[in-house]
Amino acid sequence: MTTRNRLLVLVAAVVALAAVATASVLHAAARADRRNEAHAGGPMVTAGRVTLPAGVSDVPRHLVFRNMAWGPHRDELTTVPAGRPDAPRTASGVKCLRFYAASGTAVCLRAERGAMQDTYTARVLDSRLREKAHYALPGIPSRARVSPSGRYVAWTVFVGGDSYAGTDFSTRAAIVDTRTGHLTPTLEGFRVVKDGRTYRAADINFWGITFAADDRHFYATLATHGKTYLVRGDLRTRTLTTVHENVECPSLSPDGTRIAYKKRVKGLSADAPWRLYVLDLRTLHETPLAETRSVDDQAVWSDAHTLTYALPGDYGADLYTVPADGTGAPHRLTKAAVSPAYL
Amino acid sequence: MYVADSRAAASAEPAARPPAGRRGTAIAPTVLALGSVSLITDVSSEMVTAVLPLYLVAGLGLSPLGFGLLDGVYNGFSALVRLVGGHFADRGGGRHKTVALFGYGLSALCKPLLLLAATLPTIGMVLAADRTGKGLRTAPRDALISLNSTPATRGRAFGVHRAMDTTGALLGPLAAFLILRATTDGYDAVFTVSFCVAALGVLVLLLFVPHRHEAEQVTAEDSRPAPAQETTKDSRQAPPRPTFRSALALLRRREVRRTTVCALLLGLATVSDSFVYLLLQRRLGVPDQWFALLPLGTAAAFLLLAAPLGRVADRLGSWRVFLAGHAALLTAYGLLLSSWHGSALPYAVLALHGCFYAATDGVLMAAASTAIPQELRSSGLAVVQTGQALARFVCSIGFGAAWTAWGDRTALGAATVALAAGAAVAYAFRPTAPTPAEVVPA
Repeated sequence: MTTRNRLLVLVAAVVALAAVATASVLHAAARADRRNEAHAGGPMVTAGRVTLPAGVSDVPRHLVFRNMAWGPHRDELTTVPAGRPDAPRTASGVKCLRFYAASGTAVCLRAERGAMQDTYTARVLDSRLREKAHYALPGIPSRARVSPSGRYVAWTVFVGGDSYAGTDFSTRAAIVDTRTGHLTPTLEGFRVVKDGRTYRAADINFWGITFAADDRHFYATLATHGKTYLVRGDLRTRTLTTVHENVECPSLSPDGTRIAYKKRVKGLSADAPWRLYVLDLRTLHETPLAETRSVDDQAVWSDAHTLTYALPGDYGADLYTVPADGTGAPHRLTKAAVSPAYL
Repeated sequence: MYVADSRAAASAEPAARPPAGRRGTAIAPTVLALGSVSLITDVSSEMVTAVLPLYLVAGLGLSPLGFGLLDGVYNGFSALVRLVGGHFADRGGGRHKTVALFGYGLSALCKPLLLLAATLPTIGMVLAADRTGKGLRTAPRDALISLNSTPATRGRAFGVHRAMDTTGALLGPLAAFLILRATTDGYDAVFTVSFCVAALGVLVLLLFVPHRHEAEQVTAEDSRPAPAQETTKDSRQAPPRPTFRSALALLRRREVRRTTVCALLLGLATVSDSFVYLLLQRRLGVPDQWFALLPLGTAAAFLLLAAPLGRVADRLGSWRVFLAGHAALLTAYGLLLSSWHGSALPYAVLALHGCFYAATDGVLMAAASTAIPQELRSSGLAVVQTGQALARFVCSIGFGAAWTAWGDRTALGAATVALAAGAAVAYAFRPTAPTPAEVVPA
């Protein structure tokens, strides 16, 4: 082939490939318009005012979550009466990737569009969803929690590798004291006590913080050398003590006696490795729950006997509930929702 | 970008006419074509790398921590793939282009597969196939660069190639970001565009890199500038047949053995990039949102210095530059260990880190090419690359363990001592063949 013919082939290929590339970008760009139209059959969402009750009450009155339904309010925090989860949703105008709230304090982890790359921030919000403080995040948001009193806020982010087709991820779990504004950017500064001895490793990762009611203790997952552990943290002594093996994304029950968590069950397929379990902290007895699908979420206790969690669905995620004692069956709470909080 | 000008400062003795070149110091068009292929391919692969974490977490809602297990397994496998690629590229009188095409093609085909893979195991398999393609093509590509340059211009040829390669690596994330910005959940668009770009790279390789390179002007045994004639045979022995055994027998040649041992020794004390960035972050408290930008600093210095340092290697000798590059790394370690807390520290460390890559990455290949007969060029380069990669992998494991046991500063101190010792041994043990452009042998 002569040089001229080579160049002709090249130009033709560039034109064809550029057409394919451009078409794919335009197709994905048009998706925004398609998605901004509310879909028939999807949940009703209307704009309104959303406030978070500041008092602690026994009866959950409202369910607040990130609305995943297509339309102008996608990704916004919306609220429904807790007793009627399929009622029309009231949208707040505040967009979050991950959200949690308790006693009038909310945490909203969100993506900020930058000039060169997306960055992520954690925003601490008051009961009227106004910003009180914000913190830059080192990676992609994964979990968020607020202590029952509303004083402490925690989150977990994924920090990605930068190698070619990099697959080395780490997680960072952070805690903020909203009273003083003091940020603990990562739990890696705490002393880890494993089997009664101080434990150090370069490959330690933490995720999924959940707070006790005393504003001093918390639980989280510690991962090292391919195993995961439930650790009990103490904010005053800055220590973390291992409690139990194979526990991920713990969630402490309102009475502080049980942990709901994801357990990696042997023999399950690698892409659906988890089952929901409840651990009794006194006896360390594990109870498998009635949900038979793989749950990748930090469950929420809707009351002393029920758990709420997200599973993949048509809109991205749907919310389900299941009894915490292993009886009964899972039940779909509402479609197109993620990151629930009962207030 | 780099322009191959023919009015460059001529080396002391113009070597033989490069196979496809116009002047002794010009970069052969084939090398520029290979550089373009690497640039285009890196745009494509770095586009995917940049969005992959986000795609996994935000797009698919997966927990990417399960990935860590794949990495360890893959390191050993990729070493094997590299050797296999090198071996097949040498068979049948040199099929470097064919094997390189296969490697680039395999990686290109992986991009649309990412659209279909939605679970961790399948994505893991696609990424493994992608990296297999990368492993297969690396040695043949470097062999082609060396076969299309004369010993007197080799350092520069590799330098120009590495500069182009790094340019692609810097442009990729930018392209991916612009696409995500213009779309809604446009990961599918990123993968599709990435595939189109990768396909273009394969096509440029197919069209503009000739299958047959003309025989080299200068053989390994003859280090003096040769007259412009074609020598396909080693003047002292029959050309070795490309078998696995003869590839390993290369290590019986003193020059190859010394090159490999030096690369191994120094690789054992080369702390992996991510540790360097982590140390920098800990020392300076670099804000988390800037952490992702640290590799760009290294890449920018690498990009700017690769071609000039390649030329310096041609003038002064590859090994001097190679060892000087490790001296730069040693200085970077020293700065990280020092008590200096100036605001210029991250710039200095990243500049030295990039300078280390610019003075070693292509330069080592140029030096190794001089010692390896062309019948075994791909296999030989694969042996050197694999030795270096495995040594660095061992260093990563050791450094991680040392970090765990003694903390980061002590671990880095140990690495610094090891690197200094390695550099001293390498200096004493360095291959002695003067480069053709060297006026006075060292």
